[in-house]
This record gives sequence, C-alpha cells and structure tokens, in this order.
Amino acid sequence: MTKKISYTLMYAMAIIWLIPLVWTFWTAFRPKKLALSPSITFDFTLANFSHVWQGAPFSTYYLNTLLVVVGIFTVQFLTATMAAFAFARIDFWGKQLVFVLFLAQIMIPADILIFPNYTTLRDLSLLDTKLGIMMPYLASAFGVFLLRQMFKTLPYELDEAARMEGCSLWQILWKIYVPLSRPAYISFGVVSVSYHWNNFLWPLIVTNSVENRLLTVGLAIFAQSFETGAQWSEVTAATIIVIIPLIIAYMLFQRQFMNSFIHSGIK
Amino acid sequence: MKTARRNKLKMNAFAWMLLFPSLIFLILFTFYPVAGALKTSFYMADLSTPQPIYIGLDNYKGMMEDDVFWKVFTNNIWFAVGTVPTSILLALLMAVFANKIVRAKGLVRTAFFYPTLIPMIAIGNIWLFIYTPGYGMLSRFLANFGVGDINWLGTQSLVMIAMIIMVVWKEAGYFMLFYLAGLQNISQEMYESAEVDGVPKWKVFWRITFPLLMPTTLFVSIIALTNSFKLVDHLWIMTKGGPDNASNLLLYYVYEMAFKFWDQGMASALTTVMIALLLLIAAIQFFGLDRKIHYR
Repeated sequence: MTKKISYTLMYAMAIIWLIPLVWTFWTAFRPKKLALSPSITFDFTLANFSHVWQGAPFSTYYLNTLLVVVGIFTVQFLTATMAAFAFARIDFWGKQLVFVLFLAQIMIPADILIFPNYTTLRDLSLLDTKLGIMMPYLASAFGVFLLRQMFKTLPYELDEAARMEGCSLWQILWKIYVPLSRPAYISFGVVSVSYHWNNFLWPLIVTNSVENRLLTVGLAIFAQSFETGAQWSEVTAATIIVIIPLIIAYMLFQRQFMNSFIHSGIK
Repeated sequence: MKTARRNKLKMNAFAWMLLFPSLIFLILFTFYPVAGALKTSFYMADLSTPQPIYIGLDNYKGMMEDDVFWKVFTNNIWFAVGTVPTSILLALLMAVFANKIVRAKGLVRTAFFYPTLIPMIAIGNIWLFIYTPGYGMLSRFLANFGVGDINWLGTQSLVMIAMIIMVVWKEAGYFMLFYLAGLQNISQEMYESAEVDGVPKWKVFWRITFPLLMPTTLFVSIIALTNSFKLVDHLWIMTKGGPDNASNLLLYYVYEMAFKFWDQGMASALTTVMIALLLLIAAIQFFGLDRKIHYR
C-alpha cells in the first residue's frame, strides 16, 4: 500500500517536473492570440519562430556561441591533455605544489572572479571580443583531473612497449593515451560544451556589440525588450531556439549523456 | 650516473613544458585576479576618484555598515539553506525511485534531469510566466482552490521562496545522477540477505542504502553549496535582485557594484569576501567531511 502511494507520488512529481517544458513548447507553437487562453485547441503555427528569427539576429548569436564553445573546448583539449599526462606519468620537482595550484581553480571558479577578470581583459584590450569570452576558461582543472584519472588506469606496459619501438613520450601521449581515453574526452566535452553553451553573466559583461553577443545574452536582451507579460509566444519560441540543440543532443545520446555526467562527477 | 641525472633533468623540463600552457591561463585568470581583487579592495576606486586612493580597510568597514550587504549576505545564507538540503533529499528520492521502476524509466529520468541542460536565463523566462500574477500558471492553478492572486516575485517575503523552489527544480535532477551512480556501486547481495532476514524496507534504506551513499551525499553537498553562490543569472531576468534587494545574492551584488555603480573598490572587497567563503567551504571539505572522496 505505502509502496503504491509512494510510486504514484513519484510519477506525479515527474509529471510536475515536465510541466514547464511542455508549456514552453505548447505556447511557442500556438498562434499568438491563443497564447494566454486556457482552452485546449490544437492550432499549430511556426509564426512565432519566424518573428523571433527576424526580430533579433539569432543566426549571429548562434554562430558566436558555436565558435566560443568549440574554441574553448579545442584549447581545453590541448592544455588539459598535456597537463594531465604530466601529472599521471611523470615525476617532477614541485608536483605536489602545482597540483594544489590546479585544485585552486576548482575551489575558486572563474564565475565569481568576473570583476577582476574584466579588468584584466580591459588591460589586454580584449573587451567585446569572442577571444575575451573564452580566455578565462582555456585551462580547465576539472579536465586535467578527469583525464589524469583516466590516464592512470592505462597499463604502464603500453608505455614500455612503445618506448621499445622508439616512440618519444610526446608521441606516446598523442598516439596511445589520447585515443585510448575516448570515454573521458566525451565526458569532458559534454560538461564543457553544455556549461559554456549556457553561461550568461560573463559573456554579458564582456560583450556589448551585437556582432559578439552569445545566444544566452541575446535571449535575455530579447526577453527584456518586451513590456512585461506581453510576448510569451515570442519569448518561449526564442527560449526553444536557445535550448533545442542540447535537448536534441541529449535525446540522441541519452545513455552516453547520463553516463558521462555520472563519471565526470566522480573524479 | 651522469646520464641518469641528465635524464631526470630532461623529464623535469618535459613535464614543465606540458604544464606551461595550463599554468599561464591559471595564473592569468585565477591567481592574478584573486591578488588583484585583494589589492583593489584596499583602495577607493569609483567614478569620483579616477586615481585610486589607498584607504586601508575602509571598504570592508563600509561593507560592515552597509545594510544592503547584510541583507544580501543573509539572503545568500537562506538561499543555501533552502536549496542545498531540499535538492539533495529530492535527488536521493528520485534516484532510488528511478532505479527501481520498470515502467517509463527513461522518461522519468529525463523528466527529472532535463532542467540541468537548460540555461538559467531560459529557466528564468519560463518561471517568470509561472509566477506572473493574474494570468500566470501558478495563479490560475491556485485560483481553482479559491486562493487569491499572489504576486510571488513582487512580494518581499515570498520572492526568496519562489527562487528556492525554482532552483531546487533545476538542480535536483543533476544530483540524482550522482546518486544513481552511487547506487550502482552497492552490492545486491546486501539487499538479498536483508530480505532473507526480513528486515523492513525503510530500515534497509536507513541502515544500508543511506550510509553507503554518504560519500556521494558529501560530494553533492559541496557542489550544491558552491552553486548557491554561483547561480545568479535568473536574477537578471526575473527580479534584478528586487523587490528592495529581497532576492539579491552576493555574486549579483558584485555585478551591480562593479558594472552599475562602478565602485571598483567595493566590488573588489565583495569579491574577496566571496573568495574567502569559497575557500572556507573547500577547507570544510578537505579537513572535515571528505575522507572518502579524493582527487587522487
């Protein structure tokens, strides 16, 4: 009996959890004049989306977000791979100390250093550039720890065999370690991409021109441009435009997505 | 002997070469700004003082006398108290449930998890509609029960609760994943022998499942605690910290201080306080709670 009740409650909770998403889609695909009507009709339209697409330069925002997200991950991939290999396979002077330096980035994330980092970008004349948005995130301690953990699980005999063949450590890293660590790279990629796709405050502060604006900032400015309560159709359509790539990616790779999130959390 | 020494030297050079790119960015965007914030916090640097003046601890004194700071600080504590235990408890329930059910397993997990993928700014938009008085979703729903119209985001005593509910909705599904992973690691035999001995279900949960998930709980509470200082994007879209700072949080206050009032000295002092808070959380994690989860 209690089992039945608790199951019903949990299913009900799952439904409640879905309501905001269902409402967003429902409103975005409904004709504008029906947006606030409580009646259930099945009118379908794409007009809201075309309004949004024409009303604000969302294609520019899309391109910018893509560039920034891919740019950040590409550089992170290089910097984190190299650092992780040093931590996993080489004994060097000052290892403990440098390890703590990396840990500090996890304790004090760049997100809260918005003001001093803004000052640094100003001094570097990188304000209002895409490179400026990327800069604070190009080294990822999270990525380093994740990859280091992965590298450590690879058998040491591989190294020795490769060294017999005359490979240098640098070659061993890129030809053996990187290809064998695919799962860790997928986790890293998922976390990095979803994080930076959704980041808002930093890109808001750094950019002020439309040419460099990202999706989240574009969405926020678009939503604020309306009188309160007036334009739910447009705002929900714009919201969907911003969130749809990650939602689709999630649906396609649900299992890998979940697994990579799980593994990335437990370092 | 000599070649061994030279080899050692070569390995060291190689390791530092590998670390060099990461270290550059780390120094430039983690250590330099921490030092910079600390330094600027001792200066008066706002729009009226183009050349910063050294004023010692005056920014901190001003902060201690600033009612808004204390309000925002207290808000942030309540925000943490409201979101951290609730979202963790819900996450645990979600995981236990999503682990057991047979029907619609994937859909249920997705329902709980999808808010994680949505940017805070979009969540702000959606929940703005939910909380809008009059024709908003919640108002209409409550009207069915004869509850009068409530302006959730416009009432000082309600706005924080409204924000907490929204953030719990966003975060719980994310923490659920960690618990799902934790549950995978508990051996099935323990449950079987408990069942043979006829131990009641709730006792099994409190005596076996819950203690064995303790490392996950500690890990998740650190993430949740840190997040309660990091998540502020929704304020920009929903309330701008209002009404009368009732929903304002520390990081958003830093943003206002720096980019609305252009008081760089005070913004730096506030940043320094936040850094201290985060280091305190990290210290609790390292020296107090965290015995089972290590970064190595």
